[in-house]
Amino acid sequence: MAKRDLLSIDDLTRAEAELVLDTAESFLPVLQRDIKKVPTLRGRTIINMFYESSTRTLTSFELAAKRLSADTMNVRASGSAVDKGESLKDTILTLSAYQPDIIVMRHPQIGACRLASRYTTASVINAGDGKFQHPSQALLDLFTMRQALGKALDGLKVWIVGDILHSRVARSDIAAFQLLGMDVTVAGPPPLIPRDVETLGVSVEHDLDRLKEADVVYLLRMQMERMQEGANFIPSLREYSALYGMTLERLRPGQKVMHPGPINRGIEISSAIADHPDTLILEQVESGLAVRMAILYRTIVGYDERSASERGAA
Amino acid sequence: MSARVWSKGGAGADLVVRGARVVDPQARLDAVCDVFVKRGKIAALGEDLEVPQSTRTVDGAGHLLLPGFVDLHAHLRTPGREDEEDLVSGTAAAAAGGYVALFSMANTDPVIDSAPVLEGLAQRAGAEASVPTGFFASVSRDLAGKQLTEMHELAQAGAVGFSDDGKPLATAQLLRRALQYVKVTDRFVALHAQDDALMGAGVMHEGPVSAKLGLTGIPAIAESADVARALEVARYEDGRVHLCHVSSALTLEHLARARELGVRVTAEVTPHHLTMTDEAVYSLDSGVKMNPPLRAESDRKALLAALKSGLIDCVATDHAPHAQQEKEVPFEAAAFGTIGLETAFASLYTRAVMARKLSLAVLVERMSQAPARIAGITPPTIAAGETANVCLIDIEARWVVDAAQLRSKSTNSAWLGETLQGRVKLTLAGGRLVFEGGA
Repeated sequence: MAKRDLLSIDDLTRAEAELVLDTAESFLPVLQRDIKKVPTLRGRTIINMFYESSTRTLTSFELAAKRLSADTMNVRASGSAVDKGESLKDTILTLSAYQPDIIVMRHPQIGACRLASRYTTASVINAGDGKFQHPSQALLDLFTMRQALGKALDGLKVWIVGDILHSRVARSDIAAFQLLGMDVTVAGPPPLIPRDVETLGVSVEHDLDRLKEADVVYLLRMQMERMQEGANFIPSLREYSALYGMTLERLRPGQKVMHPGPINRGIEISSAIADHPDTLILEQVESGLAVRMAILYRTIVGYDERSASERGAA
Repeated sequence: MSARVWSKGGAGADLVVRGARVVDPQARLDAVCDVFVKRGKIAALGEDLEVPQSTRTVDGAGHLLLPGFVDLHAHLRTPGREDEEDLVSGTAAAAAGGYVALFSMANTDPVIDSAPVLEGLAQRAGAEASVPTGFFASVSRDLAGKQLTEMHELAQAGAVGFSDDGKPLATAQLLRRALQYVKVTDRFVALHAQDDALMGAGVMHEGPVSAKLGLTGIPAIAESADVARALEVARYEDGRVHLCHVSSALTLEHLARARELGVRVTAEVTPHHLTMTDEAVYSLDSGVKMNPPLRAESDRKALLAALKSGLIDCVATDHAPHAQQEKEVPFEAAAFGTIGLETAFASLYTRAVMARKLSLAVLVERMSQAPARIAGITPPTIAAGETANVCLIDIEARWVVDAAQLRSKSTNSAWLGETLQGRVKLTLAGGRLVFEGGA
């Protein structure tokens, strides 16, 4: 069987994405037990290669692998051979000598995961590559939506608000939400909306006048670290907040609010919204573990059967 | 819609103007009739209007009654250089020129780059301005060409548009960002197009006159090259731009092409560029030193033709007051700019309409209604029910432009000593009598 990567949401069919979500759901009871571990991936090797800072993604991939009884190793750019000038290709070749089953990779540069995949027999899972993709985030977002709103996501209206230009989460979510039949609008300051983004099948708004039509409002933070000095994407965070910051007044009761974190209270989200019961931010974090278990599991056993053994595994 | 102009209050005028020739292109009106203004509103138009006996009658025979003028481009020097002009003197000059609204540029000290500065000015205009006055905010903070201003908040506070006028936007990227970001408002970006490197240390139009005088030239391409670049960016971003003080025929070629391509661009031209040429610089009189400079006769003719055709949308004065000590120096050392509010109509009437190069109706449209539409204020029009925004002009009156009689605090007029025809006798702005000239 050819190895199966997860580099982008586009690598998945709708049925496969739904299978991941169903699998994640089947793992939920495991996470409620006293002994939160199953032997499913015992003897498998998973390497987490993180070339960019991460808290929630790394910990949740690591814990997901451990819950499935896989052997895990974490490699970071600093303190590794990368510091000594080793190329990505050579690092991948070196680590591949250990015959890992999966390499989970985060990298600041777009294309790094694809390059890695070329030089390893391990399956590569993209845990975020620059501004391009973060598919496990999109899948956990879908999972969170299903948990909160029911399985039928078709026709739901989702507004993604904020810095779309620099966001791999937005790029993954647009594809994932559309894959499950949702209607996506992106909103933000014009300089932070990619040109021609409507060709991705989304609507574009520069104000929030029609925000109340949304079932789900997905907030993104300003990625100041990706904005060059003097690039002038916005005049100030203050004006950004005045125009796009999410407050109780801008929302109607029942609208769900999501955010991939980390959140910046008082900028893209008011504290009242961050702590509101309709806000699913903590649910997203919780979903991360089960969904990443499902991704690791599906990457190894494949997406083509929903066998009894799989049920048994959970 | 939030306010875009502010002026001091006062009672609406009550008067009837009898027998003036009323010319209003928007109302498709060109007829001799009476106009009755009651409590600041135009109550009736017609022949032999019956009005209450107590109503003051103004004899309009031999006069034009026109929709008042709107100036998109004035420098009222407030805050910071109130020695050169302030809201009182600037609006007095405007009223004397027949203006019923004007917009002041942001290159003040401090720069109009934040809502508190703008709100402070709006408040002052509400107390001091006789003629409704609005303000541009700058595109970049402190006009430094680096960081965008908070355009949304500034638009909410009433900025008519955004401009770093006095300076070009240094990079196409800054313009691009401004045109992208300004879409969070319904405003526009007004450009002082100028390639600084091509401008160099130039002080006058580059041509035969500069060759003879030895003055460093400002080539026409210093403007047209920057315009071409700006229009490319505006086209790509579908941004709304306004070209300030267009001066050269080369620029018009780019403007015409952009129009054909559907670019959202408007343009203004000054009275001095429409009526004077670089030949005036032979005098070495600093009063004719402007930026952009007076250009060749062929440019002047092309500008007039473009104003007539509508390629250029409107007339704007670029009223630029300067202290005497900034102009009473050798030509090369003098500040750029001329005042223009008090002479705009008369200079164009004398040199363009009387010379049969432009019809009166077109001139009125280009000075009144077209700039009002660009600014997003209600265009002045002489129709029943409208607020009275009109000027009455003695069209036979010939007068010599005399520094001692100007209302502006500054006297740096390019027309000093010139004889012009057509003199404003009365101006009603926002329904109030704001100017009345002597006999």
